[in-house]
Amino acid sequence: MQFIYPRSGGHDMLILNCPYCGIDADETDLHSGGQAHLKRETIGSQDTDFENYLFNRDNPMGVHFERWRHANGCGKWFLAARDTTTLEVFATYPAQTLKPPQAVVNAIKKKHPDWKGWP
Amino acid sequence: MRYSALKVFTQGLTGNKGWRPVWRNPDPKPEYDIVIIGGGGHGLSTAYYLAKKHGLKNIAVLEKGYIGGGNVGRNTTIVRANYFLPGNSEFYSHSMKLWEGLSQDLNFNVMLSQRGVISLFHSDGQRDAFVRRGNAMINQGDDAVLLDRDGLQKMLPYLDYDNGRFPIYGGLLHPRGATARHDGVAWGYARGADQRGVDLIQNCEVTGIDIVGGKVTGVQTTRGAIRAKKVGIVVAGRSGQVAEMAGMRLPIESHVLQAFVSEGLKPAIDHVISFGMGHFYISQSDKGGLVFGGDLDFYASYAQRGNLPRKEQVMEAAMTLMPMIGKAKVLRSWGGIMDMTPDGSPIIDKTGTDGLFIDCGWCYGGFKAVPGSGDAFAHLIATGQPHETARGFRLDRFRTGQGIMDEEGTGSQHNLH
Ligand SMILES: Cc1cc2nc3c(=O)[nH]c(=O)nc-3n(C[C@H](O)[C@H](O)[C@H](O)COP(=O)(O)OP(=O)(O)OC[C@H]3O[C@@H](n4cnc5c(N)ncnc54)[C@H](O)[C@@H]3O)c2cc1C
Ligand SMILES: [Zn+2]
Repeated sequence: MQFIYPRSGGHDMLILNCPYCGIDADETDLHSGGQAHLKRETIGSQDTDFENYLFNRDNPMGVHFERWRHANGCGKWFLAARDTTTLEVFATYPAQTLKPPQAVVNAIKKKHPDWKGWP
Repeated sequence: MRYSALKVFTQGLTGNKGWRPVWRNPDPKPEYDIVIIGGGGHGLSTAYYLAKKHGLKNIAVLEKGYIGGGNVGRNTTIVRANYFLPGNSEFYSHSMKLWEGLSQDLNFNVMLSQRGVISLFHSDGQRDAFVRRGNAMINQGDDAVLLDRDGLQKMLPYLDYDNGRFPIYGGLLHPRGATARHDGVAWGYARGADQRGVDLIQNCEVTGIDIVGGKVTGVQTTRGAIRAKKVGIVVAGRSGQVAEMAGMRLPIESHVLQAFVSEGLKPAIDHVISFGMGHFYISQSDKGGLVFGGDLDFYASYAQRGNLPRKEQVMEAAMTLMPMIGKAKVLRSWGGIMDMTPDGSPIIDKTGTDGLFIDCGWCYGGFKAVPGSGDAFAHLIATGQPHETARGFRLDRFRTGQGIMDEEGTGSQHNLH
């Protein structure tokens, strides 16, 4: 019997495509940086803003936008849209993106009509 | 029914026909004084101490699955009081003392086995840090013994002492450190709570928290609405989802932690051995299986199954530490969802909503805390004041920056513990 593991969203190894070098990177080449698209706070921000930025997290069961670094590859940070329950990968995109690209949002909505969407 | 040796004997003679289910299986009532969300170790112990120590009666524990099906039945059962930082130290010390009287208190054998926990060190600097930790443990009133290489080698002859990367210099022995029967703890507390009138309601998932004018009034569940004067959230890896029902965003990320069990072997490993540098620890269960584990999978996941790279790393660490393990066959592995805080320390506190309390953030070390956390959370819910051993577990420490407890010293950010 032959087992075929899907290239991404497989059960045993997470594989993300690095949007810079185009390589399908195994998770052993990657470093997770947690939730993406956080609003960066700075001088003049309130304590609660800093708390939200530095510590509080959405921690969703399901669709999650997150930061990854191609640590043992090109070394660059990029972003990924992933499902934290099924481990399905929807898309990866460059870190210079302030919010998930509309095409990514549409693709997720198509697959998960009950997803509450990007705010 | 009270359990005793005589009971086991007489039941044995009469065909074991007299045993009864250990707790009732009631339908939810429309209203309770206190509703505890989550029937894991911490939720059950909270309900038990609310009834036992505070004499409260009208309490329900709502569990979405079955009692003991969460992390309380998925962990590697290590119980220890070898913490260093004020805030953690007194809490785990208190929890350890509760463990030591638990089987008698519950009239249920939790099989606490105080076989000693040994933490290995591999450099002069690490030895100094462990001397300091040992002194902190002794100052707290707990026990610690520093073992040099020769002393350790007499106890654990099978380790690879001359490993090129991590030569073993010695170990810090915590003699009262233990393992326990994880399901036994859940069942013992469940039975004790039920006997004191607590309704344990299984297959009852909380889907909403009702708040009126800043005050909690009850919960919505898959078995209907339930009114409550006070509500406690104790749902471990699901803390983010349940807190969100009350409009809260927590300093928590949920990650998978894996564990492994080998086939049953003759007694070989008498202690709990912790090889911190390899992110590996091991003990041997009463059935003979080697029980071991390592680090988190290190990215957000609710999948309750682990990835292969972590399995490989754990096996490599095992071989590095004790090459004799190489011929043992792994029988099973599994994962549980851990509620990770940025500083690695837990939260037992009020929330911004009147009557709503939260107990979470136990990371990968909440089994040992089951008695202490239940005692402290019950105290907070019943009296409105933090328990004296749990004053440091504040929710607002990340806002104020005061009292952050980074026990590992790796930094107080997500993904570092
Ligand atoms: C592999 C592994 C090894 C570990 N090893 C150790 C160890 O050696 N020592 C140690 O001290 N700790 C260890 N831990 C950590 C420890 O198991 C946890 O910190 C602790 O069990 C969490 O508390 P709990 O028992 O209350 O959690 P759980 O048993 O997970 O209880 C939470 C309960 O809440 C229920 N729930 C969730 N959402 C809802 C809802 N909406 N409505 C109703 N109910 C809900 C869940 O079904 C669950 O039963 C380990 C964990 C794992 C996974
Ligand atoms: Zn790359």
